[in-house]
Amino acid sequence: MTVTSGSGSVAEAVSATIGRYRGNPHYVLQMLREIQEACDWISPEAVDLLQSELNLPRTKIEGVAGFYSFLYSRPRGRYRVLFSDNITDRMLGSIELFDYMCEQLWVERGKTSEDGLVSVDSTSCTGMCDQGPALLVNSYAITHMTRARVDEICELIRSKTPLADWPRKYFHVDDQILRKDILLASELAPGDALVAGLGRGADALLAEIKASNLRGRGGAGFGTGLKWEACRNAQGKARYVVCNADEGEPGTFKDRVLLASYADAVFEGMTLCALATGAQRGMLYLRGEYRYLLDQINAVLARRRQGKLLGDGILGRPGFDFDIEVHLGAGAYICGEESALIESLEGKRGTPRNRPPFPVTHGYLDQPTVVNNVETFAAACLIAKRGGAWYSAIGTPASAGTKILSVSGDCARPGLYEYPFGVSVSEVLEACGAADAQAVQVSGPSGICVSQPEFGRRIAFEDLPTAGAFMIFNRSRDMFEVARNFVHFFAHESCGFCTPCRVGTSLLKKLMDKLNNGHGSLYDLAEIEKLNHLLQSMSHCGLGHSACNPVLDTIAKFRPAYEKRLQHTEFEPAFDLDRALRKARQMTGRDDAGAHFTTVPGEQK
Amino acid sequence: MSANFTLDGKSIPFSDGQTIMQAAQAVGVYIPHLCYHPEFKPHGSCKLCTVKVGGRQTASCTTLAQDGMEVESDTKALNDERRMLTQMLFVEGNHFCPSCEKSGDCTLQATAYQLGMMSTHFVPFFPSRPLDASHPDLLLDFNRCILCSLCVRASRDVDKKNVFALSGRGMNTHLIVNAKSGRLADTDLTLEDKAARICPVGVILRKDKGFAVPIGKRTYDLKPISAYVKADGTAAKD
Repeated sequence: MTVTSGSGSVAEAVSATIGRYRGNPHYVLQMLREIQEACDWISPEAVDLLQSELNLPRTKIEGVAGFYSFLYSRPRGRYRVLFSDNITDRMLGSIELFDYMCEQLWVERGKTSEDGLVSVDSTSCTGMCDQGPALLVNSYAITHMTRARVDEICELIRSKTPLADWPRKYFHVDDQILRKDILLASELAPGDALVAGLGRGADALLAEIKASNLRGRGGAGFGTGLKWEACRNAQGKARYVVCNADEGEPGTFKDRVLLASYADAVFEGMTLCALATGAQRGMLYLRGEYRYLLDQINAVLARRRQGKLLGDGILGRPGFDFDIEVHLGAGAYICGEESALIESLEGKRGTPRNRPPFPVTHGYLDQPTVVNNVETFAAACLIAKRGGAWYSAIGTPASAGTKILSVSGDCARPGLYEYPFGVSVSEVLEACGAADAQAVQVSGPSGICVSQPEFGRRIAFEDLPTAGAFMIFNRSRDMFEVARNFVHFFAHESCGFCTPCRVGTSLLKKLMDKLNNGHGSLYDLAEIEKLNHLLQSMSHCGLGHSACNPVLDTIAKFRPAYEKRLQHTEFEPAFDLDRALRKARQMTGRDDAGAHFTTVPGEQK
Repeated sequence: MSANFTLDGKSIPFSDGQTIMQAAQAVGVYIPHLCYHPEFKPHGSCKLCTVKVGGRQTASCTTLAQDGMEVESDTKALNDERRMLTQMLFVEGNHFCPSCEKSGDCTLQATAYQLGMMSTHFVPFFPSRPLDASHPDLLLDFNRCILCSLCVRASRDVDKKNVFALSGRGMNTHLIVNAKSGRLADTDLTLEDKAARICPVGVILRKDKGFAVPIGKRTYDLKPISAYVKADGTAAKD
């Protein structure tokens, strides 16, 4: 891994990135990301240069830069530390480490130090839940954080040691594969599946994919064969294959491992899709949190080009031309929604499109586009090699094949577990050593909270559909805090396009904070249900539809966690005089009794 | 061959490519909306025009009409939800109608009246949003922005200037102007631009003319917003 960082010349950085992307304005997000890597932030001067070179309006560039969390339009420090704020990181003590680092570096949470050296903030789940607490420094992941490691990092920052000279061990990420099945145990060599696919021919390959009953592994479960066929049959000037590696759902990290150790299978699956659909260009949309994988992924692509597995005339077949490029995200969960992802690929704000039309007919640059999950493409290789009938016999009748679960939280052995569909929650709990579980959040915050009496339920599209997250909570955990963490996540990640989600997720966050601060009443529980109804029926996309799920699930299944916070069931004002004085206390440095209001009757000061 | 769908039981004719909203407005039927404007490409973001088609809710401004479709719009359930959306917009920004020059001509205010909104219901966010009074002829009061993007579309599609855009994300989504300084004075916006006249609320205001029509005699003081749907498809006064 090469770590890039530094405060380079703006003009050089801008002209280099524009050169790399040949001045194509569709790559403006990639250019902004590279400028930020070279210059630490996106200065008005950088926007000036981009604007004149690309002939884009300034508003367009600033609109894009402002959308993505990892792009800064104000100086944010040469070292930008972001603590992963998933509930699993919190359970491993991330908040204490976050505060400890702020203390050591003499900075406030979320602010830049006065000398402009460093900022310390939090970010949504970085996909290291099995080896947290985790953080990102200038987009590079560091896992297994401890107090000692915070001390060491603070020293490296204070001494202005370039990131490239930091100890390599910090950046080590484990695969932690703990159960392999047909996919992770597959011994296909690069090219094997492609030779098999070419042997079958495009039509027969598509027929096998359809016969396999392979369904999308991103969670929604749309038939992969149907999607490929619709793309092939759609009218268009060009076709595109897009791999969705924007693995942003908190608690999910299987795609990270697939791309670290099974990248050939992923790219081969994309190439098979190109064979079946007639696409000539492929794109991998890699989440910004996985920046550290970029160089090794590009190396795999280069090797595949050399081996005639990508490029013009793949495996010597005239006319079979296909290549893949990597686009990096920049901190926006919503880009995992396929139409938002396409907008982002086109260098725009990641706002979900109005649908229909769907991407299979009007996707990238309005052309027919297949968007599939990383795991879906990898599974397609197995089907090309061994056939649809073989694959469809694995799993359950409605959910063919296997599913890779990202197991984290309260268990002895977190990591990846691949099971045939139909595995029960309790089987997984037993395998990973979770003896005292009270709940499992299946498929992340937008998924389902499963409580102990339901542990017999099965991972399958017809019972518990999942994109892979499997977060375990033992009996010591407060399920209200879990739900509150998820609600904050949705409010942070709402794209802001539609009214119900933009305002509704923030209202929900305020309601959960109100309950947390001991000011909730039964009225607020009713308000939450009302908001949920509105978000489900009025929101533009799945983010809004599912934003209330964690709250509704936990209210239904862990009501005591809410009730213990209701000091008053009838009425309780949201406004707290004592809390309102907090800022004044902070400013005056006072915390004595005279600087507090008491709420006990007769004791008013 | 003519095609029809039903809207609240009433048969509505439409031509190929028309949305539910366009077809409804063409025959003078009002569906509440804020970000829709007949002259611009539908945006589909305010969600007030949401209707129910075959049990599913969808924005009528972006959904194409289909023959035989059964659409519900003026129902208690939908109007309750629309009212909640207007309440959300009121608490998200700073909307103090009595002191606003746009009062009586404001689409948000008129729509709230139309939907019977009596209070903001939710606790206001009271965001801190500075004004931009730098331009000689126009004032920007971001406190009232509902992110409908009509000015963005007008400037981009009609004026060909790209003066406005949305930046930020989620609750931090906000309007920006096309200038390195971030000030309206440093853009090429003029009073004659479509974008200068399109704002449905009180964000983009003329400086030289204020309260020319007294409150009480303004557009929506005279008739409710639903009465302004004309058969030529234009929604409001302009």
